[in-house]
Formats: sequence, structure tokens, C-alpha cells
Amino acid sequence: MTDPSAILPLEVRGLALAFGGRAALAGLSFDLGREGLTVVLGANGAGKSVLLRVLHGLLRADRGRIRWNGRPPGAAVWRRQAMVFQKPVLLRRSVAANIDFALAARGLPRRARRRRLEAVLEGCGLGPLARRPARRLSGGEQQRVALARALALEPEILLLDEPTASLDPAATRAIESLLRDSRAAGTRILLVTHDVAQARRLAEEVIFLERGRVVEQGPAAAFFAAPRSAAARAYVEGRLPP
Amino acid sequence: MEDLGAAFALALDLVLGGDPELVAIVGLSLAVSLSAVAIACLLGMPLGALLASVPFPGRPAAVVLLDALMGLPPVVVGLFVYILLSGAGPLGALRLLYTPQAMVLAQAILVTPIVAALSRELLAGLQEEYAEQLRSLGIGPWRAIPTLLWEGRFGLATAALAGFGRAIAEVGAVMIVGGNIKGVTRVMTTAIALETSKGEIALALALGLVLLALALLVTGSVAVLRGTAARLAHD
Repeated sequence: MTDPSAILPLEVRGLALAFGGRAALAGLSFDLGREGLTVVLGANGAGKSVLLRVLHGLLRADRGRIRWNGRPPGAAVWRRQAMVFQKPVLLRRSVAANIDFALAARGLPRRARRRRLEAVLEGCGLGPLARRPARRLSGGEQQRVALARALALEPEILLLDEPTASLDPAATRAIESLLRDSRAAGTRILLVTHDVAQARRLAEEVIFLERGRVVEQGPAAAFFAAPRSAAARAYVEGRLPP
Repeated sequence: MEDLGAAFALALDLVLGGDPELVAIVGLSLAVSLSAVAIACLLGMPLGALLASVPFPGRPAAVVLLDALMGLPPVVVGLFVYILLSGAGPLGALRLLYTPQAMVLAQAILVTPIVAALSRELLAGLQEEYAEQLRSLGIGPWRAIPTLLWEGRFGLATAALAGFGRAIAEVGAVMIVGGNIKGVTRVMTTAIALETSKGEIALALALGLVLLALALLVTGSVAVLRGTAARLAHD
């Protein structure tokens, strides 16, 4: 359990990032422990997606400090993460080839790739679809492939940006069940959503963002029972802001 | 009008009868233009992918320049290659002027910007779609180049066909550097120009028919490729 290359816990302090004068992140701070499923909640524009992209190295913050198990961000850190985007971006090849592509990009030898590919196809119920052109699948199936591709990398932490925002209930259920499985298998999960019902179903811990800041962070049960901030209360109750 | 009718009949006769001179001219045309397009693809597609994937200062200007080069006038390319290969030119010692190789070189120069610019446009669209996902998988702009080329394979094939269409129909460059020497460097377009100026309409028409058929074939191939790509959802 004391893997020296581990990247968790995570410490974020004073993260700020502005686009053309508009602050997307405005001095955001929080900590993330080694285990669990944390949901990042907040309205559109609160900074949820930007936060994930900064953590994953896709965007660079203007200011602030990120420490992954004490180490600054870099390629070695990002290699131990995987990310699933709102809209699945699959390559124009088969489902199996899409997953194998990601494994090859990590430089895994052929035999290890084959083993992981088979395991993840099986685990995500994609076996029957393995040879199908990925782009011909339904939106829900495509997102399942994108999640399988991320899980195949065996990330220490899995980042998900509204993965079910454009999926129907059945496809959403399939994704959520896979997330529970990988949480149970020990993958740290950071899930961004604006769907309160989904957060209630999945979250063990909630981080609530408003205007680029962490307004609340705490155990999910306590958060949903009694949000401390007015903004979170309004959001959880589904009231529209004035 | 009767003359034209007779010429048309003779032209059909030449095409359907497989007239040896006609066959030789068509064969050389295909050999020259296909070689030129092969070179253009080898250079132009990776160049297009590079411009689509790798950011560097001056990239917007490079893209504008490349797009402008798409409109290179064939006679200007011909003149440039002529100067290059002429006895007093820098490559004069190779003695390539008035050879098919010179024609391949001229057409390759003409077509490479077309293939490169069309590839870049296509792959820039793909790059926009893939960039975040590829970076998430640890693939930077340079390593993304082969991926983009493979992902864009159907679109790139149409870029190659567009280049071929331009090369096979071009007359100015091959005329200047090839010299339209019978049996050596005479291709369809230069033969048409010569025969027409001599008043020998039949051979010109026959070659014109072959050219048209080739143009149709190219357009048809593009349509089939698009259809295949769509059917396989490799759009």
C-alpha cells in the first residue's frame, strides 16, 4: 500500500485560471484521499470541467499549487490517471482496436495488452461488440467503450466529465454500475456531474463548486441531508437561482 | 459538321480498336501522373498532418502559403523546372530535360501543395476532435501524426484522387519540360494540343474521350469511397 509512485492523496491549493478575463477557477482548494468515489457538483460554468482538465494536465492553471502525493504534476502523474469525456471520442476502428490503441500508447508489451484487453472487454460486457466498428455503436455503447478504454489503463484515479449527460437511463445505469465495480476494485473516482440524482446514487463524498471555488466538501450523506451553503441548498433542492 | 461527325467516328474507332499510338500515349500519361501523385502523397500527406497537429510560430502563415500554392499555374511550374534542369541550370548535369522523369518532377511540384493543403484541412478537423483524447492517452502532437493519417485514410484517398485529376489534365508543365516528343514524352494533353493545332481532330478527340472517361472514373471513385466510409461509419 506504500507504493512510492502512487499519486494520491491529492492536495490542491489556490488554483486559479481565467479565460479572456473571465475566471473559470478562482482560488480553488481541496484535498482528495486515497479511496472512494467523489462527485464534483455545481452549476454550468462553476468550473467543474476546467478543474478536471487542469488535474489531468490538459489545461495549465494560471496560479495555484497541485501536489500528487507530494509531487508536482507531470507526465509521470498523468500516466497514472485516465479520463472519460462527456462526448466519447473513439477512433475509426473496431472496439478492440480502440482499447488496444490506448494500451499501446502506454507502451505495454503485446502480451500484457492482450490480457488486459480481454479482461476489460469481459468486465464491461463488450465481448460481443469487440470486432464492431466503434463509431457504429449507439451513444451509450460508445461511452461504455470509452470507459472500458480508460479502465484498461488501470488508472490509480479515474476522472469523468459528465459521462452520462447525453445518455438514456439504461445506458446511464450501465455506466454507473461499471463505476461502482471499479470503485469496489479500488480505483479512486472523481466524477463531475450536474445531475443531483446521479450524485445521490453514487457519491461517497461531494465537492460543491460555485464560481470557480469549493463552497462545500464533505461526506455525501451529510451534504445531501443538510447542505451548509445557500447555493448548495438551492442546487440540491432543484431551485433555480434568482 | 460532317467533318466533326467523321472525326468522332474515327475517334471512337481509335479508342475501341486500341490504336497502338493512342495506347502508348495514354500509358505514358498514366505512368507520369501516377508517379507524380505517389510522390505528392508521400510528401504532402505527412506535411499536411504536421501542419494540422504540431503548433509552431508562423503556422498560420505556412497554411496560407500552402493554400496559395494550390493555385500554382502549371506553366510557371514548367518554367521553374525547365530552368532547374536546363543545361546551364543547377541540375543540368543530370540531363533530365525532355524526359518522363522531368515531367514527373514538374507534376509532383504542381500536385504536392494540393495534396498537402487538402490533407491539412481534413486532418485539422480530425485533430480538433481527437486532440484532448489523444493527449489524455499520453500522445503528443508529433506522435499524433501517424494516428491522424490512419484515421483520415478515406478522406486522404480523395485528396490523392483530386491531385491525380489535376496532374492528368495538366498541359503547361509537361509541355515545357517534356517537349511533347513523339514516343518519348508525348502525353494525352500535349498530344491533344498538338493534334488540334495541326487540324487532326480525330486523335485529339479520341484522347479527349479517354481523358473524360478518366475524370469520370476519378469522380466515381471519390463517390464510392465516401459511400464506403459512411457505411463503415468511418465518416
